[in-house]
Amino acid sequence: MTELLKRPLTQLVNLESPLSLSQYISEGGYQGASKALHEYSPKQVLDLVSNSGLKGRGGAGFPTGMKWGCVPMFADNDDKAPEFKYLVANADEMEPGTFKDRYLLEGVPHQLVESMIIGSYTMAANRGYIFLRGEYHLAAKRLQQAIDEAYQHNWLGKNIQGTQFSFDLYVHTSAGRYICGEETALINALEGRRAIPRAKPPFPQMSGLFGKPTVVNNVETLSNLPHILKHGAAWFKALSPDSDSGTKIYAACGRVKTPGLWELPMGTTIREILYQHAGGMADGLKLRGLLPGGASTDFLLPEHLDTPMDFDSIAKAGSRLGTGGLIVLDDKSCPVAMVLNLIKFFAQESCGWCTPCRDGTPWAVEVLTRIENGRGRKEDLDSLHNLCDFMWLGKTHCALAPGAVEPLKSALRYFLDDFEQHIDHGCCSYKQSTNQQTKLKGHCHG
Amino acid sequence: MKSDVLSMENISTVTIDYRQYLSTTEVAAIEHEVSIMETREAAGIEALKIIQEHRGWVSDDSLYAIADLLNMPEAELEGVATFYNLIYRQAVGQFVIHLCDSVACHLTGYEEIYQTIKSYLGIDYGQTTIDGKFTFLTNVCLGGCDKAPSMMVGKQHYQSLTPENVVEILADLAKQESEND
Repeated sequence: MTELLKRPLTQLVNLESPLSLSQYISEGGYQGASKALHEYSPKQVLDLVSNSGLKGRGGAGFPTGMKWGCVPMFADNDDKAPEFKYLVANADEMEPGTFKDRYLLEGVPHQLVESMIIGSYTMAANRGYIFLRGEYHLAAKRLQQAIDEAYQHNWLGKNIQGTQFSFDLYVHTSAGRYICGEETALINALEGRRAIPRAKPPFPQMSGLFGKPTVVNNVETLSNLPHILKHGAAWFKALSPDSDSGTKIYAACGRVKTPGLWELPMGTTIREILYQHAGGMADGLKLRGLLPGGASTDFLLPEHLDTPMDFDSIAKAGSRLGTGGLIVLDDKSCPVAMVLNLIKFFAQESCGWCTPCRDGTPWAVEVLTRIENGRGRKEDLDSLHNLCDFMWLGKTHCALAPGAVEPLKSALRYFLDDFEQHIDHGCCSYKQSTNQQTKLKGHCHG
Repeated sequence: MKSDVLSMENISTVTIDYRQYLSTTEVAAIEHEVSIMETREAAGIEALKIIQEHRGWVSDDSLYAIADLLNMPEAELEGVATFYNLIYRQAVGQFVIHLCDSVACHLTGYEEIYQTIKSYLGIDYGQTTIDGKFTFLTNVCLGGCDKAPSMMVGKQHYQSLTPENVVEILADLAKQESEND
């Protein structure tokens, strides 16, 4: 397999100067879209994507073909669009420790445009939006350039490439809230409302944006489409023969030697990502634990290093693959302070709609702040456990609060000693060891 | 509290005719956003951002004018404006510093950068320098985790920050007349 075929998503990435439409075409771009439009019916594309085993790369890992299959038109094998439909690319990448979509958006914007043509053709969508987080200014500029070029060369607009298919694509930049990444909150944001998640059902595929059938897919998920069209489902599966299909853009951040991101076969082990690609821990530091896929995943420990980074294996180890971005905790950083930082994020970004999340996340911040500052009480640990229970799945309006619980609950399990020492000694020993704070009590020595 | 406090004459309502307040450029930009949406109010967020782009922030009067243009209740638009992190409902300085305070930056030196900016500019989060040059705000993860710590000033991202280079960046900005220099 050539290098291009092994790293399909990132092979054409150029962060300095992304490929123009003609350059992208000369590197094989728009062949996937062309094949879909000229050689396949929408139903055939859907079947191909279903057979490829592609799962959503935004965090939940839901099979893409199944998500699309819920759009009404496929119930009766009708290849004609029965009514107005929307396809939305979720480019609201705000999960802390995650920067993979930015890389694709800034580095190869035409790939996403091509992907959205294929996706919209498959579900007969008339209009698409790229829901981009507001802070990604460079990505916004480059996507708009790519869209303008695509319109000029009839890859967007009416009767694309001489076919019956027409599709309009727009960039919407968000005004910034993490909850916009939740697909129904994103839809509310696109409608100009506060980004509060909607109750499901109805699912967006039935009634989404402006009440019309809508599919929301992550940027990385969509970006696989041109390659699946070009090379087929068997090729896609063969990229990761022992795991879920395809490649995954993995990343590592924290105090590792060479933080970054790498497109690797789905199911690459944590050890390979951390030690081979990220170069291991920075000098003088030891691995304490890590979040495998962004802020809203459970901690894993050094004993989990040989776990393959795919949906099922990480779930078996007690966490979630999430976005595939490792956030690495070293032995000189305080686990309590790290969890406090994470929960502060969730407390700030809670939309405030449901009580467990609106009240529970700031409450956890208050308790954790007390512990971290050496004013913790023994019963605080019980409070934290209770909060984890109050905010768990089934008790909240959406997955934000349960996501906040994941690092907290697992930290209480794996780093309990640290929590207890903070409370018993009335201080954080890590602060003393890094000389960041004024002198603390004698009990604490790093 | 006396009951007559709540009578109608004590409630002041403000409406602003957008035609007397918004420029033709602003109206045209907002109408373009309306044209790619199903409803007028769907363009609300983009409208707030357009006004902020032109005027630096969204004043009460701006908000009333946008509500008038989009034919939606002022309170609803205020609900939207205050929900989103990147809409400024108070006047801000020439440069708005958004320092990332999320986990990757937390692990790689955020605290030092925060202390450096705070003491260099003499302001804390939510404040603006007396000369109106800088406003200091936090930001959730900026997606620069591989080159943390990071911050965004205006539309520009700065990565791999150190206490030394962050002071240089701010000093350079302080010399600029506008963000586009």
